[in-house]
Amino acid sequence: MLLAGTDYTFAVAETPMLSFVFRKLLMLIPTLLGITLVTFTLVHLIPGDPVAIMAGERGISAERHAEVMAELGLDRPMWEQYLSFLGNLAHGDLGHSLISSNPVLDEFMSLFPATLELGFCAMLLAVCLGIPLGVIAGIKRGSIIDHTVMGTSLTGYSMPIFWWGLLLIIFFSGILGWTPVSGRLSSSYWIDTPTGFMLIDTLLSGEPGAFVDALQHLILPTVVLATIPLAVIARMTRSSILEVLGEDYIRTARAKGLSPWRIIAIHALRNAMIPVTTVIGLQIGLLFSGAILTETIFSWPGIGKWLIDAVGRRDYPSLQGGILLIALIVMMVNLIVDLLYGLINPRIRNSR
Amino acid sequence: MTQVTPQPPAAVPDINDNATTELTPQRPSPLKDAWRSFRRNRAALAGMVIIALIIVIACLANVVAPYSPVAQFRDSVLTPPFWQDGGSLRFVLGTDDLGRDILSRLIHGARLSMTIGVIVVSLSLGIGVLLGLLAGFLRGWIDTVIMRLMDIMLSIPSLLLAVVVVAVLGPGLFNAMLAIAVVYLPHYVRLTRSSVITEREREYVMASRLAGAGVFRLMFITILPNCLAPLIVQATLSFSNAVLDAAALGFLGLGAQPPTPEWGSMLADARQYVLQAWWVVTFPGLAVLITVLAFNIMGDGLRDALDPRLKR
Repeated sequence: MLLAGTDYTFAVAETPMLSFVFRKLLMLIPTLLGITLVTFTLVHLIPGDPVAIMAGERGISAERHAEVMAELGLDRPMWEQYLSFLGNLAHGDLGHSLISSNPVLDEFMSLFPATLELGFCAMLLAVCLGIPLGVIAGIKRGSIIDHTVMGTSLTGYSMPIFWWGLLLIIFFSGILGWTPVSGRLSSSYWIDTPTGFMLIDTLLSGEPGAFVDALQHLILPTVVLATIPLAVIARMTRSSILEVLGEDYIRTARAKGLSPWRIIAIHALRNAMIPVTTVIGLQIGLLFSGAILTETIFSWPGIGKWLIDAVGRRDYPSLQGGILLIALIVMMVNLIVDLLYGLINPRIRNSR
Repeated sequence: MTQVTPQPPAAVPDINDNATTELTPQRPSPLKDAWRSFRRNRAALAGMVIIALIIVIACLANVVAPYSPVAQFRDSVLTPPFWQDGGSLRFVLGTDDLGRDILSRLIHGARLSMTIGVIVVSLSLGIGVLLGLLAGFLRGWIDTVIMRLMDIMLSIPSLLLAVVVVAVLGPGLFNAMLAIAVVYLPHYVRLTRSSVITEREREYVMASRLAGAGVFRLMFITILPNCLAPLIVQATLSFSNAVLDAAALGFLGLGAQPPTPEWGSMLADARQYVLQAWWVVTFPGLAVLITVLAFNIMGDGLRDALDPRLKR
């Protein structure tokens, strides 16, 4: 009886969840198609002649120009170019970069670990610092700690991060000389990069000092990129904790004589984390915007810098493919956040 | 019941108008109420004072600024601010690599930043509210098309979208403003649509509809005023974001072009002197930070005052 009962609830809880995931995935398809159309149109509206830019300052003869245009398929009508782009996309082919003539997907994949490493460290810093700070500010509402945390986070939230990065460079690289100004690793180290994640690769290389060097390169960009998410997470955690602490079940827990620590850690935090998870998910999408600026300041060889360079060079396929992949990643992250939401909050899971 | 229907539609607004004029003296208006609650928030008031100050400086830029923002003093290139060795009160905050007075450039930059904020917010607010009203009120395929488009725009990182739009239109301050306005559009559309959807089911809308109000009257006069509070808050907050994003585009070389004294492009020009002349880099960014911070503090205060439901 008992076994059957549990089985039954399991089926009820799981099937809607699966169909929920499936429906969400299906809904991604029209949006993705829309994104291909929007990026394709935008990218091809960019004025300037890619062939002339490829040729550089030496120029190119009119005949050779026409030849190259035909080779790249740029002389065909727009809709034909779009259809062939879609067709190739279905085969996982995002085209070739006009500058390096490497496949766009390969270029993206070779640079993505750098952005991922930076973004992951920044998010880790933001979450590990932001949640405790928000909790403390919420518990000690109205105290000096609260005002300091809230004031600092509002400043962080308003921070022009490109300027913040320059300030940190002035102080830590210029005055103190502690950190390098740009890049991921000093040129004195030459190591294999099997994973693309510099912290892991330097550890694997066994080269003494390489890991510390990579860490020194990573630290300022991480702080810069983490600033805004950190501020947002701290603010959200505080207000969420405040809301939860006013609930009846917290009063009940207090009345039962539970220790304040237990009330916060077990009763309040779990419920307070629900809106915070959403905010963290949203921040991951925004992180790419920050990565563009951070990577530009620190000459970090990642996706953000690559995309800005692609705009400057009129590298249509790279830009188009890059935006598409990033949009896909952002949508997948949002989907995962939606699912996590269900994991943290059983009320939502069961109501679906 | 049957007596209500034959009533001429034109009579209803008249009755309403009379009612409000008679009642106002006895009942505190919602605006006064909001002001009373806003006034109690000292931080928000301070933010408002700073904004007022920036606006005054921006308006009087020609009078307040000691020099023209583009005048080059070739004999005093990269002069430090007055409190440092080698600095003088002639250039209070020092000069940049072309010998231009930084203070004067910052003051004229304030004018640009305020203009950017006003134009971006009006554009995205105006178009966003219109699209949101259409989507939320008419529903059906219009709603689907508009909201799908907004979903697409939201899934592209905002700065990247702005960069691509600027690349299409060509770099420059005005195009940067357009690009930022486009990027902010989805937020206004979503916000308007969601409030319109809740409001349109309310009794007063039904009453207005029964009284014979047309679609436009229902959308703009009956429903829209009741959706304004969150929109005002969003407008203040996106004003500060617009200043920030315009500076970011300027910094990437895609916004205002030299010699325009826009804060972000000042930073871009100064980047190569980052380790030699800290003041060239520090002050423009500080100006951005103070402006954005003031708007965010005021926006927070406004949100608490106007829309207690949103209080966080």
